[in-house]
Amino acid sequence: MDVHLLDAEPTAAERDAVDAFLGPPMSSWVGADRVDDGHSAHGGHSARAERHQLLPTLHALQEHAGWISPGGLNYIARRLTIPPADVYGVATFYALFSVEPRAPRVVHVCDDVVCRCAGSESLIATLTEAVGPPGADLDGTSWLPSPCLGQCDRAPAALVIESGESPVERELTAVDVDGLLAVIDGATPSPPRSAVPPQSAGSGLRLLRRIGQIDPESLDDYRAHGGYAALRRALDLGPEGVIREVNDSKLMGRGGAAFPTGRKWDAVARQPRRPHYLICNADESEPGTFKDRVILEGDPFSVIEAMTIAAYATGCEHGYVYLRGEYPLAQRRLEHALEQARDRGLLGQDIFSRGLSFDIELRKGAGAYICGEETAIFGSIEGFRGEPRNKPPFPVERGLFGQPTVVNNVETLVNTLPIVLGGGAAFAAIGTERSTGSKLFCVSGAVEQPGTFEVPFGTTLRELLELAGGVSSGRSLSAVLLGGAAGSFVTPKDLDLPLTLEDTRAAGTTLGSGVVVAIDESVDIGRLLTVIAAFFRDESCGQCVPCRVGTVRQEEAVARLVSGRIRGTVQDELSLIAEIGEAMRDASICGLGQTASAAIESAIGRLGVFDGGTRS
Amino acid sequence: MFGAGGGTSSYREVEETDLLILWGSNARETHPIFFHHVLKAVRRGASLHVVDPRRTGSAQWADTWLGLDVGSDIALANTVAREIIHAGLANEAFISRATSGFAEYRASVEQWTLEEGERVTGVPAQTIRELAHAYARAERAILCWTLGITEHVTGVDNVLALINLALLTGHVGRYGSGLNPLRGQNNVQGGGDMGAIPNKLPGFQDVQDDQDARARFEAAWGTKLAPKHGWHLSQMFEAMEHGELNTLYVLGENPAQSEADSKKSLALLEGLDFLIAQDIIMTKTCDMADVVFPSSASWCEADGGTVTNSERRVQRMRKALDPPGLARDDHWIICELARRLGHDWGHPSLEQAWEELRSLSPMHRGMSYARLEETGGLQWPCPSEDHPGSLFLHGRLWEEPVQGPPAPFSIATWAPPIDELSEEFPIRLTTGRRLDSYNTGVQTNLYSSPLRHGETLDLCPEDAASLDVEPGEIVRISSRRGSIEAPVRLESALRPGLAFMTIHFGDDVDVNVLTTDSNDAKSGTAEFKATAIRIDKRGSGEREAAGVASGEAGR
Repeated sequence: MDVHLLDAEPTAAERDAVDAFLGPPMSSWVGADRVDDGHSAHGGHSARAERHQLLPTLHALQEHAGWISPGGLNYIARRLTIPPADVYGVATFYALFSVEPRAPRVVHVCDDVVCRCAGSESLIATLTEAVGPPGADLDGTSWLPSPCLGQCDRAPAALVIESGESPVERELTAVDVDGLLAVIDGATPSPPRSAVPPQSAGSGLRLLRRIGQIDPESLDDYRAHGGYAALRRALDLGPEGVIREVNDSKLMGRGGAAFPTGRKWDAVARQPRRPHYLICNADESEPGTFKDRVILEGDPFSVIEAMTIAAYATGCEHGYVYLRGEYPLAQRRLEHALEQARDRGLLGQDIFSRGLSFDIELRKGAGAYICGEETAIFGSIEGFRGEPRNKPPFPVERGLFGQPTVVNNVETLVNTLPIVLGGGAAFAAIGTERSTGSKLFCVSGAVEQPGTFEVPFGTTLRELLELAGGVSSGRSLSAVLLGGAAGSFVTPKDLDLPLTLEDTRAAGTTLGSGVVVAIDESVDIGRLLTVIAAFFRDESCGQCVPCRVGTVRQEEAVARLVSGRIRGTVQDELSLIAEIGEAMRDASICGLGQTASAAIESAIGRLGVFDGGTRS
Repeated sequence: MFGAGGGTSSYREVEETDLLILWGSNARETHPIFFHHVLKAVRRGASLHVVDPRRTGSAQWADTWLGLDVGSDIALANTVAREIIHAGLANEAFISRATSGFAEYRASVEQWTLEEGERVTGVPAQTIRELAHAYARAERAILCWTLGITEHVTGVDNVLALINLALLTGHVGRYGSGLNPLRGQNNVQGGGDMGAIPNKLPGFQDVQDDQDARARFEAAWGTKLAPKHGWHLSQMFEAMEHGELNTLYVLGENPAQSEADSKKSLALLEGLDFLIAQDIIMTKTCDMADVVFPSSASWCEADGGTVTNSERRVQRMRKALDPPGLARDDHWIICELARRLGHDWGHPSLEQAWEELRSLSPMHRGMSYARLEETGGLQWPCPSEDHPGSLFLHGRLWEEPVQGPPAPFSIATWAPPIDELSEEFPIRLTTGRRLDSYNTGVQTNLYSSPLRHGETLDLCPEDAASLDVEPGEIVRISSRRGSIEAPVRLESALRPGLAFMTIHFGDDVDVNVLTTDSNDAKSGTAEFKATAIRIDKRGSGEREAAGVASGEAGR
């Protein structure tokens, strides 16, 4: 590529959008009109310390201008004293940002695994025929295919993002062609509704008990339903007491890696270096995952309370919620809840008059699956590309801004509320010896009643599917995808598998983040594999060569097998896929590369998807 | 500062210091490799302060940028000094044991209050105060400068004013604290070390004052040496003007394009009886020469030799390619020329020449080729073969008791640039270099660069607007010496009243037509950095420009 010097200047609107977020520039050297300051400037370390503002500033520009123009990019670079090439590197890291002109209104249509099972393929084909290819500007609106939008319980889904003076983002669920065409024509989508868990209230629910029962915008309602009792109890227990209860509960992280939460908290609490940071990882982007969204939309104060307890136990004064960029309703609910909590003195200085100081900043992702990785999230918050870091040092020693950091998934955090209230031992009595408590499962695909289900660990897959109303009538189950794109397929013969960490591990599969996609026989699994392979190719951050190259080679091999244009024999192609998978598992530094072949290899090994030769 | 001309600190110290000042240096563009060392320090947490009229690329990395008016360096340095003294931050222990002349110095800077400093330099008093306090309070601090300091009529005093600051705070002679002029080429330092300066024999031994050294050279060379300083470059041109110099042998220089007031200097070069040019490239000077000696490129085609970098490290050179055509190594040409002139020195190898240097220059004595090979380079002074070389200079000032003479404070008196701004010439032009080009472009215009946009007159957007000129528009630029034309380019690093041009494209735009050859009597360096100009739109300004040209006749 040629080197180009970008001396483009921002438009007035672009400057305003950036300045509205960052505040007015302090000197002409960073963009203000010249006053009398031509003889000095301050910057350096203090200016570069503002680097963490880069991601939200890019959001501000994209939201108002519809794209990151060279002039706008240069202006951000000047304001934050970051080289423009560096800003470009960050802007192009995220799918929701565009450095090419884009229609002010974009409809992102999900074509990922679950939506495909719900017919998004034909939806997109019809759409292409009716209005043209993706990206074409249709009177100020265009549409683009999108990876999983986290609305799998209401598939097929789409997301409308409208830039301008008053930007609007709105999710479309259970959408059909007519609905989509109307929106593309300019119709305003109806306001989204929160998902209500299909399980009846009071049926032993701990994590979901308030959802659908309370007004998620009312702190009073939250408190009337037991809110903030746990924080009060935590303050009585003291930080060590809280950590002891969490340790006793044997709570394992719910984001997929299943690390003991108490050990993580304890390690951070013991770090003498200050400050400590807390990150609530709400970047659930695993195709098929939507459980955290349900909590954030339906019970946002519980996340804030749980974070406050975690911060108290581990000595953090500053916390972040890193929310995936495709959850506008969850964002609004959380922003509102943060504001209320601050107003009521439940965030900020001297919480409960007990000398506890803690506040939370909401950071919005911009469409990058990798940012849910526990170290990639640091780079993203700090204003760099969201590339995972080598471990060690572990986040508990050197995490966000190089400081000791707790990173917990939303579901993990809200589990600590019942632990603190009822005690760790009581929590540990639920579930099995090694998988304690209850687990949220995102059940989607060919079931009568998709949604988020809370069941004790040890519930079998069959029981879970029955809870979801069983396989859709008139369909028969051909496979279940457990754990999402990074998980693996199991067969209808595996339905008696108890859903625990230890049993799934023994069976060579994983619970991951709790994804359960029921797949019926009408779905072409080979085609699903091409979607999964394309997903990993697209989402690989490119830092580790085995993953950067391997995900491409894997996608090509899968495409050859599916299309029948194989090289050598089917067995040659399958060996190649196995070899690529091994290289990625061995030599990638993060979970993305390490699991990028898992689902595909399980489909080959367990479902025998290519046993009958190629799919053509 | 104390005899030998070289940076006191090592690159490693630059990386491990706590505070860095780049004064009159845009190292990011002009010393990019050195700037990597600076960035390592910055990334470690060191603070960076840049003093430069332009808000350069280097300044954009700085914690504070002091955009002083061109030629007010002494005023700024003296203001910083007074503030350090009055704030009680001077290193009195160091001053009393290792320096001399402090009382006179203190009296000389007393007039430079923060307010007076702001009035003369334009830099806000508060910013000057910040720099003074930060520098004085730093545990380690390194001060670096380049041509923004030396290319002034007060160039030597500018340097002395900076040295004073180091003496005032004790920021010299310790690990991580020092004074460093940055060298523009891989062997600028080596050239001076080897005696390619008019007043010193190799190893900075004064040809006039150091009788013992002179005697050693005379014995080794079997000839008498005139005990008198030679001419520096500016004096050579003056000698040409007076008819005292009529034959010139130019090695690896391009005075036809590099000299200030180029119309005048070209005429003088043309008036020579005989001009010899020795170069690896056919420069403009070669075009004018009576005889051209094509030489090999010493860094890849010459068989051996050494170079010395900005941290005084002497390193071996090795041959990678055969020189093209009739090109010969510089030392072969010199020896052959001597032979034809009746002095047969034979053809010693470069190692033999080096051995002679070691026998005559005490600071190089410990550096055998074998040791240079083995260590990858040694830093002078290295007086014996068991000496490890010197990480930094002037450690003696911290010894108990101090070895040798105390380091003297100097009185540096500020004077404005010679070329005064006036109603007729209201804009200050300063010249410099860009990242991808070097000096007169001889070495760099041979390859293309995506960054290069040819010569332009850089103006801030406000000046362009008030002059009613557009980017790309060709304007006439006139000084008291002549006028040239160049396209306008907008540059946000400039402020109203300050313009910038390079010297890289002399074949297209001879910027040195504008510059003054007024030079520092002590160094002979011309004031390239401060020219008073006017800018006229083409057409409308023709008559005025003609007036300027005719006005020049009386000069």
